[in-house]
Amino acid sequence: MDFELTAEQRRSLLEQLLTDRLPDVQGRFGPYGGCYAPETLMPALKRLAVVAREQLDDPSFQAELNVELTQWVGRPTALTYARALSLRWGTSVWLKREDLAHTGAHKINNALGQALLARRMGAKRVIAETGAGQHGVATAAACARVGIPCRVYMGAVDVERQAPNVDRMQQLGAEVIPVESGDATLRAAIDEAFRDWVGDPEQGYYLLGSAVGPHPYPWLVRELQKVIGREARGQMLSLAGRLPDAVFACVGGGSNAIGLFHPFLGDAEVELVGVEAGGRGSGLGQNSATLVTGTPGILHGSLSLLLQDEHGQVQETHSISAGLDYSGVGPEHALLKGIGRVRYESATDVEALDALRECCAAEGILPALESAHALAGARRWAAERRDGVILIGLSGRGDKDMPTLSRLLHADEDEVVT
Amino acid sequence: MSAQPGHEQVTAAIRAAGEQGRPALLPFVTAGYPDPAGFIELLSAVSAAGDVVEVGVPFSDPMADGVTIQRASRAAIEAGVSLRWILEQLQAVRAAGHRFAPLVLMSYLNPLYSYGYRRLATDAAAAGVGAFIVPDLPLEEGAEFRATLAAEGLGQVQLVTPTTDARRLEAICAASSGFVYAVTTTGVTGGSSGLPADLAAYLDRVRAVSPLPVCAGFGIRDAEQVRLVGEHADGAIVGSALVEALERGDDAKAFVESLRA
Repeated sequence: MDFELTAEQRRSLLEQLLTDRLPDVQGRFGPYGGCYAPETLMPALKRLAVVAREQLDDPSFQAELNVELTQWVGRPTALTYARALSLRWGTSVWLKREDLAHTGAHKINNALGQALLARRMGAKRVIAETGAGQHGVATAAACARVGIPCRVYMGAVDVERQAPNVDRMQQLGAEVIPVESGDATLRAAIDEAFRDWVGDPEQGYYLLGSAVGPHPYPWLVRELQKVIGREARGQMLSLAGRLPDAVFACVGGGSNAIGLFHPFLGDAEVELVGVEAGGRGSGLGQNSATLVTGTPGILHGSLSLLLQDEHGQVQETHSISAGLDYSGVGPEHALLKGIGRVRYESATDVEALDALRECCAAEGILPALESAHALAGARRWAAERRDGVILIGLSGRGDKDMPTLSRLLHADEDEVVT
Repeated sequence: MSAQPGHEQVTAAIRAAGEQGRPALLPFVTAGYPDPAGFIELLSAVSAAGDVVEVGVPFSDPMADGVTIQRASRAAIEAGVSLRWILEQLQAVRAAGHRFAPLVLMSYLNPLYSYGYRRLATDAAAAGVGAFIVPDLPLEEGAEFRATLAAEGLGQVQLVTPTTDARRLEAICAASSGFVYAVTTTGVTGGSSGLPADLAAYLDRVRAVSPLPVCAGFGIRDAEQVRLVGEHADGAIVGSALVEALERGDDAKAFVESLRA
């Protein structure tokens, strides 16, 4: 299928999304997705696709997951009316508080669901990657809870800038392996986690943390993260008495955004906005704005948009936020961009920091640097259009960012932005 | 110029070794490593000692490779090596009348995808490439790629691994061109823990269903291992051990010849 979609194809693909027919059996979201994996992993991926579908449809799995989400994760997470931000921005602002979920971010929804799945599949060990460390912490906690040992790969650059999370993972019993190869951030950590799994495809379970990778991961992660949007949609109707005019989420790989957006896809009047990391600016290598500036390519097992050079080499990226610092993006986001259902834009490091500070001062909430990008995008929207009602995905809390934030507190911003 | 399709030349070179009563030797080099200026000279040396040469296209995210080839790949990219550069170099020496042993290009999918399959097929055929090995393009995703290559007489060498079950093995072998690449072990390239104990049974299983020669690769490091593998396969692929020899500054031709000892 061509990447340039006709109006009829766009309508048909949205219809297929709304009726749960995407991804198709090949793992395709229209022209994107698929399963580009080494042969060693193909039997394991095929088995995962079948078993995950069976388990997610199995009432006993859903019951077990729901008990854990309620009693251990603390769901449903709150929907908070941001009174002071609403006054300042001239629009009603609601925050979906994934920062209040156990371990401090939305990542736990997926980590817990997949850890339960891994146990049901009889896995002997769990392998994971992490960028900001939130997925690593969530995986370490979930594996401790379900009783499977886990190993987490983390880029050496991220080990340094997210030091508190490294200690937390180790405290929770995970083995943390710093990755020095490649760009030493999330991309290199995923490469290394795949290498580990290629060496142990039968006993190991790869617990991928974002809506990326070969089929079935983009689908599986979305299904486990949809709880965010389901809850938020119900809470908006009961607390605000209506659906929002617009919904904002930050996008790195795109798991919190797909989870928040998905239940709103059929609400044609609700505008959906994904905010990527604009980093230091628009030059190649200066940002992580894959959907805004990327081109079609294959990385980490799926065909999606990608930041790459003219030779198909994947480009290094920059963002102040480790969780958004990734050259690829989930294939379903590429499709949502292609059919025009979600608008993607970017916010720079400076805009995100500014929004983070405003949220701290006005609401008494320290958001993660990732989530601050969603706040920055929402603020820009509000500046152009008053008296609306908006929903912002506050995907995680900012405690893990304190090493970066403390450095900035004491220095000139332009110098210190990593 | 021979009208024989490129992938058949690869097959023929491997069968010719078998007719001489020895396993074919398939040395692997990362293109442009250790030095882009010495690429053609190195290829000539390795080609003189091997039956088929695997040329690696460096990629930023070599997820099926171990540390040795990761390092070589990164160094080559930093030295400016790209797929376009590789094909231009090969076309230039071919135009000057130079011939190598049949060449197989080993590349992750994205550089090939970015180049464009149609242009790739034309340019690779003109460069004397006979087939491609693409570790992240499994059978299910490769139909368009294989069809585009076939128009120029090129083929895709399919990989099988110890995790591939019987039904899948048959389908993969049937779709392969040139030869069937039997990955000896689960894991990435460059392992040094020795060959697995059940290797013989595995290779016999692949050979029994493959209409093409079967060449084994991953973790084959010396003449003894080439000999062992040769008892149950038609050829042996030696990659990381050769790249390590290049890292040490050893003579490439002498190293490849030592694998026949």
